[in-house]
Amino acid sequence: MTSNRRTILKIAPFAIILLLIVLGAICAPLLAPYSPDAQNLLGRLKPPGTTIRDLHYLLGSDELGRDLLSRVIWGARVSLAVAVLSVLLSGLVGCALGICAGYARGVVEAVIMRCADVFLSVPAILLAILTVAVIGPGMTNVILVLALTRWPRYARVAYGQTLAVAERPYVRLAAYMGAGPLRIMLRHVLPNIAGAIVVVATLEFGLMVLFEAGLSFLGLGVQPPTASWGAMLSIGRNYVATAWWIAAFPGICLFLLVLSANVLGDTLSDYLDRASR
Amino acid sequence: MRFFIVRRLGLALLTVFGVGTLIFFLQRLAGDPTVLLVPETATQADIDTLRHTLGLDRPLYVQYLSFLWDMLQLRLGDSLVRHVPVTSIIAVHAGYTLLLAAGALTVAAGLGIPLGAYLALRPRHRVARVLYGLVMAAQSMPTFWSGILLILLFGVTLQWLPPSSAGGFSHLIMPSISLGLLSMATLARVTRTAVINEFGRPYIRAALARGSSMWQLAKWHLARNAAIPVITIAALEISNLLAGAVIVETVFAWPGLGQLTVQAILARDFPIVQGVVLLGAFVTIGLNLLADVLYGIVDPRIRHGEPR
Repeated sequence: MTSNRRTILKIAPFAIILLLIVLGAICAPLLAPYSPDAQNLLGRLKPPGTTIRDLHYLLGSDELGRDLLSRVIWGARVSLAVAVLSVLLSGLVGCALGICAGYARGVVEAVIMRCADVFLSVPAILLAILTVAVIGPGMTNVILVLALTRWPRYARVAYGQTLAVAERPYVRLAAYMGAGPLRIMLRHVLPNIAGAIVVVATLEFGLMVLFEAGLSFLGLGVQPPTASWGAMLSIGRNYVATAWWIAAFPGICLFLLVLSANVLGDTLSDYLDRASR
Repeated sequence: MRFFIVRRLGLALLTVFGVGTLIFFLQRLAGDPTVLLVPETATQADIDTLRHTLGLDRPLYVQYLSFLWDMLQLRLGDSLVRHVPVTSIIAVHAGYTLLLAAGALTVAAGLGIPLGAYLALRPRHRVARVLYGLVMAAQSMPTFWSGILLILLFGVTLQWLPPSSAGGFSHLIMPSISLGLLSMATLARVTRTAVINEFGRPYIRAALARGSSMWQLAKWHLARNAAIPVITIAALEISNLLAGAVIVETVFAWPGLGQLTVQAILARDFPIVQGVVLLGAFVTIGLNLLADVLYGIVDPRIRHGEPR
């Protein structure tokens, strides 16, 4: 009981950070003081706390005089939307294929798992870059590309877990009693491997945030003028000597978001490990 | 052992073939790949000529087979911008990336493995808790942000190190740290888990009961047994480092494969992008093969039985 309480205290700050970022992303139109795309050529590269006429640049402004605070808040939307959707998509595809491979065995298993090997043997960032180069940048394409590159991770976990679960007595019993493969996979296998999948998904979430930011940093992700933390960092890189704030604030948000997701994922994984023992 | 290596070699070849297939069909996602290969100013006549010279008007299966055949001979075509074979351009830039990856690996393994072992052996110590927090932080740090922060601190404010581009040893320090930080965290965590797992085994207690010192224990018993997972991850991390170099090189204007790739995408020089991706895949496959063979050398038990 006490160890549970200590764990909750330990992860509470990270859960709060995550919650704040999610709330910020949802309520972006209400929270952001100005439009994220409104340019003001008089207020270019102003440091945090500057006031020009009626405009208060709480976190400073970028090279086009856009309010950095508003852009950081709107940028959370892009990060979260891309990460959540790509995790859902790759998780769905990966789990379906992994469970099929683990339950059907034989040719299906060989084909699916060799495909997963092939995808995993191309470094994920390079595969993503190649695919974006072919189908073009943009938010929808980034989500598709991330799903395409990351499904094998889920497939491997789902496959390994399914192999273990499929041999258990209750699954065999269900088969003897006439349950079809689809029913067994959905009703008996899936609920029993869900924990492991959720852990992978939490850790992948942080990685997807980093991938989206990385692609946008390279100019291959979300396209300007849409505010994205990665793209803002890429601008900040060019002004690092004169305007440190452009890179500093989106970077901190990115770091905190990924850190919270990783800490929560780790704690969840420890918890499930202990529960399964 | 020989059978094991032959079997793994066969699997690796199958994967190479799979990667070729994947890349071939990815290019067809956009429809006609000729459109990817021409500059934006090309006329329809240019496109038709190029389509014929590249053989893209042949049936799909003929194109596929000839693509695989070229790939096996490492004929990756010519750069569309510089009109030089892709392989020679890659060879020029690969040295820089290799240097950067080596620097990052030094940071990652040199800091990560001892750190992980320390965290496992002294888990309750106050310093260890702080260090564990730092490892978690390093794992969540985007390479491009840590790169910018390093430039800001050591390049701009303190002016101890050159902020970007390649040159002497001093140019290598910041990119290596920035690139190696993530792998350092991964290696530290894996080493920590591996050492903790081994530490619970009876043979360790027996050695402790015999009066072995901590150092002897680590040297003679722990190192080999805990090495297996660390080798696997280290092999994976090397290919991660090569891929991560794409972003770090952009931050530091380091003239390696990453910058080459990004510039090639902007210039729509598709054969170069494809070449770098193939190279990355080959390196990953080769490293995984090497790791599997290394298992057998480090742990002779694996040689005889099934691979773990």
